[in-house]
Amino acid sequence: MTLTEKILSHSSNSKTVTPGDIIFSNVDKVMMHDVSGPGVIKVFKELEKKGYQLEKLWDPDRVWISEDHFVPASDRISADNVIQLTKWAQKYGIKKHFKYGMGQYGICHTISHEEGLVLPGEVYVGGDSHTNTTGAIGAFSAGLGHTDIAYVLKHGKIWFKVPETMLFRVTGKKPDYIMAKDIILNIISDIGTDGANYRAMQFGGSVVDGLEMEERFTLTNMTTEAGAKNGIIEPDNTTVEYLRSRLGRINFNLIKGDPDAEFSEVFDYDCEKMEPSVAKPYSPENVVPVREVQGTEIDKAYIGSCTGAKLSDLRSAAKILDGKKVKVRTEVLPAAQSIYMKAIKEGLVTIFMESGAVIGPPTCGACCGAHMGVLGKDEICASTTNRNFPGRMGDVTSKTYLASPMVVAASAITGKLTDPRDL
Amino acid sequence: MVLKGTVHKYNRPNIDTDVIIPGPYLKIHDHDELAKHAMEGLDPDFTTKVSKGDFLLVGHNFGCGSSREHAPIALSKTGIKAILSPSFARIFYRNSIDGGYLLPIEIEENILEKIDDKDEIEINLDKNSILNVTKKESYPIKPFSKIISDIIEAGGLFNYKIS
Repeated sequence: MTLTEKILSHSSNSKTVTPGDIIFSNVDKVMMHDVSGPGVIKVFKELEKKGYQLEKLWDPDRVWISEDHFVPASDRISADNVIQLTKWAQKYGIKKHFKYGMGQYGICHTISHEEGLVLPGEVYVGGDSHTNTTGAIGAFSAGLGHTDIAYVLKHGKIWFKVPETMLFRVTGKKPDYIMAKDIILNIISDIGTDGANYRAMQFGGSVVDGLEMEERFTLTNMTTEAGAKNGIIEPDNTTVEYLRSRLGRINFNLIKGDPDAEFSEVFDYDCEKMEPSVAKPYSPENVVPVREVQGTEIDKAYIGSCTGAKLSDLRSAAKILDGKKVKVRTEVLPAAQSIYMKAIKEGLVTIFMESGAVIGPPTCGACCGAHMGVLGKDEICASTTNRNFPGRMGDVTSKTYLASPMVVAASAITGKLTDPRDL
Repeated sequence: MVLKGTVHKYNRPNIDTDVIIPGPYLKIHDHDELAKHAMEGLDPDFTTKVSKGDFLLVGHNFGCGSSREHAPIALSKTGIKAILSPSFARIFYRNSIDGGYLLPIEIEENILEKIDDKDEIEINLDKNSILNVTKKESYPIKPFSKIISDIIEAGGLFNYKIS
């Protein structure tokens, strides 16, 4: 069995599972945020009208909440949503609530790994599609909707169709200026935005083995854009050290796939041949080397989101921006308060500010076109985020080019899409 | 179960959740209010065209993108009862079923060309077939798997558990 199959066989108390099987799986951890949380509460309210009463949650200690999409409150509705969610969480005994303006808070997927909330071998579901991110820890991590999350909160389990696993092996020498974002954009370009529909995407090979954890999260985060049920990487020493640095010295259950595991497809990539890339509007599969569109003028550079504002992302962007001035408005939003703090201590924030960029608080706002940096009519943005659908970051005529933090930083300096090697 | 209604055809692949219900509306949890913005990113007049019990006919990978349950909620509240597509994005598909909002029905790719906008059709879920009343043709549909049809019959995942 592959790692995904093994986790799902354990979690469903089966000796073995086969792709296509429908199982009821126990869940270890569950997350919701200020969009999915009120949606979940609404599900319970609708059920109440039909006579169903939610007396208690299955296990409030396995649940956490991140406020991230509409914080700082964009208007009265979003403020009321947070109040409602807070009261509900208190009523049902949820203690892990990462509240905006109260110490550690940030984008839910970043919090989930930054706080070491998910461990290898666990089944983790969240009320957001990029929950796949935490699969880089070696967990089965998948995004679900409000009803499914509500069901998990009540029963501690949920149904899954066991996915086939696609293996992506990345080998060769990783060139300078190539980041995980370039690797995953090239993969999505090849398989398409539904290339992994109903399937698991597993990553391996010497390049992936050599990536630090934060870069690995970029790979698994973006599996959502290929339609994958989950993204996953087998845990190794890098995983263990990452978790130990956050949780102290504990023993982890380092579950791995069987040596003879069957993958539905195996893809081999030579990293040496990859170039800094962008996904052109309006699809994450619309990928070309930056040099093919070099010179395309932009109105904004955005370094933020769960896939593009981790500490390693900020370091990479700062390396490019150091001592330079930006030519277009540039917004940097660290993905979590803890990362923001580290960026201050390392001097990255000074580099960003001296370059002329704005530093904002962690929020998903601009990435989903909600607030804190929405694009206007016909505006063009180079962005470290994960989606460039029509209207994703604002007006439906605006355009987003997805790229690595290095490409976005280089483009900020020139005001045009730019390969960082050409600076 | 037989459903009868008018088809609204948007023959393009990868219609994503940002198009079905754009990000700024995600803070809204009033279902009727959400419905006013359904498909706003694709067709601003969508809600004026749709009547209760109608169907959507769309290209493959419908509902890709976000896990927002607002998407099937908004569509179902406009009156849409079922969506016909060669394939659906995973989370959209299960949200539609588990929330009991609407039926995501898989068809073969070539059927997309055989049904036109505004055709009247009948979907027969017992026979897994579509009758095109306007064109007097019939086509097969891919049957739902056992758990999906059980959840549909129960009226959503919570009822399925209770039963």
